[in-house]
Amino acid sequence: MTHHPYPLKTRFWTPGVVVLAVLMAAGALTILARFIGGIGYVSNLSTARPWGLWIGVDVASGVALAAGGFTTAFLAHIVGRHYYEPVVRPALLTAMLGYTFVVLGLLIDIGRSWAIWKPMIFWNFDSVLFEVAMCVMFYLNVLYIEFVPVVVEQFKGRVNLPGPLAGLNGPAESLLGLADRVLGKIMWVFVIAGVVLSCMHQSSLGSLMLVAPTKVHPLWYTPILPLLFLTSAIAVGYPMVVFETTIATSSFKLDGEMRVLGPLTRITIWLLGLYMALKIGDMVVRGTWVYLLDGTAQTNAFLAEMILGVIAPWLMLLSDKVRHNRRALFAACAMIVGGVLLNRINVFVVAYKPPVSEANYFPAVGEILITVGLIATLMFIYRFLVTHLPVLSAPAREVSS
Amino acid sequence: MKLTRRGFFKIAGATGAAAATNRSAPAGASAPPDDPYGCLVDLTRCIGCRKCEEACNRVNGLPPPEEPFEDPTVLNRLRRPDEKAFTVVNRYFPGQLDASNQLVPTFVKIQCMHCQEPACASACIVGALTKKENGTVHYDVTKCIGCRYCMVACPFEIPAYEYHDPITPRVMKCTFCFERISKEGGLPGCAEICPTEAITFGRRQTLLKVAKDRIRDNPARYIDRIYGEKEVGGTSWMYISAVPFEKLGFIDVPNEPTPKLAETIQHTLFSYLWSPIVLYGLLGGIMWTSHKNRAEDEDEEGDRR
Repeated sequence: MTHHPYPLKTRFWTPGVVVLAVLMAAGALTILARFIGGIGYVSNLSTARPWGLWIGVDVASGVALAAGGFTTAFLAHIVGRHYYEPVVRPALLTAMLGYTFVVLGLLIDIGRSWAIWKPMIFWNFDSVLFEVAMCVMFYLNVLYIEFVPVVVEQFKGRVNLPGPLAGLNGPAESLLGLADRVLGKIMWVFVIAGVVLSCMHQSSLGSLMLVAPTKVHPLWYTPILPLLFLTSAIAVGYPMVVFETTIATSSFKLDGEMRVLGPLTRITIWLLGLYMALKIGDMVVRGTWVYLLDGTAQTNAFLAEMILGVIAPWLMLLSDKVRHNRRALFAACAMIVGGVLLNRINVFVVAYKPPVSEANYFPAVGEILITVGLIATLMFIYRFLVTHLPVLSAPAREVSS
Repeated sequence: MKLTRRGFFKIAGATGAAAATNRSAPAGASAPPDDPYGCLVDLTRCIGCRKCEEACNRVNGLPPPEEPFEDPTVLNRLRRPDEKAFTVVNRYFPGQLDASNQLVPTFVKIQCMHCQEPACASACIVGALTKKENGTVHYDVTKCIGCRYCMVACPFEIPAYEYHDPITPRVMKCTFCFERISKEGGLPGCAEICPTEAITFGRRQTLLKVAKDRIRDNPARYIDRIYGEKEVGGTSWMYISAVPFEKLGFIDVPNEPTPKLAETIQHTLFSYLWSPIVLYGLLGGIMWTSHKNRAEDEDEEGDRR
């Protein structure tokens, strides 16, 4: 490649970052309230509606939208299309941060945050959630390991710890050297493991709701729900890369990397097409299209998910013009990302209707503040890391006169 | 140990089995008990006195109720069990009239059904919920992490949660008075106190026979259905009634245990971890080939130069 990843070293505190900081503070205060007054103090969760916004967005969507990590790793490192190397690191960083925040979201959502380690000791092989938890745990570690070379590249040979820590320069240096030597040889183990673990829990996230056949709306309750989750995660991987790369390069005034992103979304035509075919085929085979025009909120959410989030952006991507136009491509990819986000919210929240109490649910302000705060923190850390570590490789945009 | 059913992560499970021997079998990994205890609720006998609610509150050490148990106006609204009440009695007017043209009420006691193949136990990430030999669906708070997947899974919407406890909230549901019925001759608090013998405690097979006898001997008094005999694979708590159950707030559930599909998919895909291993091998093959080709290409380029 002509350009190598480099730390941007730009000004950190921009107005946008200040907004992020405000949202983070609001989220932090709400989290404090949750750990003083309990989940019930900040949320609308109830006996009938035990899972809400946090599981639908922070966890399920967080995992799905981190799929750029394993899909780009597959393309560039397993199939060997090194042309796409420039997007691997940003996608890896997004995945690493995404999964970290999935775990942070879980720590807030589960009642006994301090007991989160217990599934490592107490196993239930019948539980879909157990498998998801194990995979997420292992995959998070894989992601951290995959990110180590980025840190090594930046600091090897230049460790210069401040003040009293200076004595540790030597050991830190040799640690980085060791990581560099060992990881280079065995990284393939983790690259493949990352893809395998992703396929496992991306699909199993879909199996989660299969345990409640009487509660989930038939438009979504299908035996192939795990397959739909897996294919949609794979399909959203590259659009998510386009989405975040475009935002990052715009924000940092870098070259748009269209040279890489355009071809990348050509693949998405096939991947999203497969998901679309499965989804529509499933609807036809099970005859659930009879619900489509009944006008309920659930059905409308399904239509929005399918038309705005899958069919329309797929048609857009078919056009060469769209794939070569930065704005149009961003719009199409944002719609795909939104479609998968809406799908996860639909499966976990909208489709869920408890038959006995028929209880309704809408997230409380506290739930929204925490979710928004977590996302803001994720973006904040992303910005911090790309400022100081070699992640992005797009050159600065040339100033045209 | 009944670890006979297929388990995904079986390889890992084999190593863990040794450590697991002094615990009860993992949730759902054991077959449903052959002849557990159960309770038969005869809705034609219940007079709505709420003594069962009071006894339940007492034996389980639950907080005092907002309205006293003697207050009949509580029955004016439909209630659900919650974290402070493991059982509640609701009043329905399904349409029957008495001699003086007054609507006849039917009272329905609600609590955990103690399913034979509980969805909550299948779902529980740590196996904190288990079906015991004596019929209890038992909750072990020391394992619980508070994920509330049991609440998502339960088809009867029974498990409640202490949402206002910030650090150590518990899942709260009928315990079937596990400690009491574990003792010889022990009865659940509610069954012991019931003044009309509307709640009969006993072996599930015996109770089914009692129920069938009552229905056969009094066909005018009962509809011919035992709710809980087949529902979601059978439950330890069962009901007989004079009026169709749909009119009394009972929901239609499949006879198949509800976690079956999820379990089948999970076990088919992940027993012996076969699919991840195959996928790993496949991806390894692709990676090896692509790197070899790349190396050859580079060699050729080098030769040409």
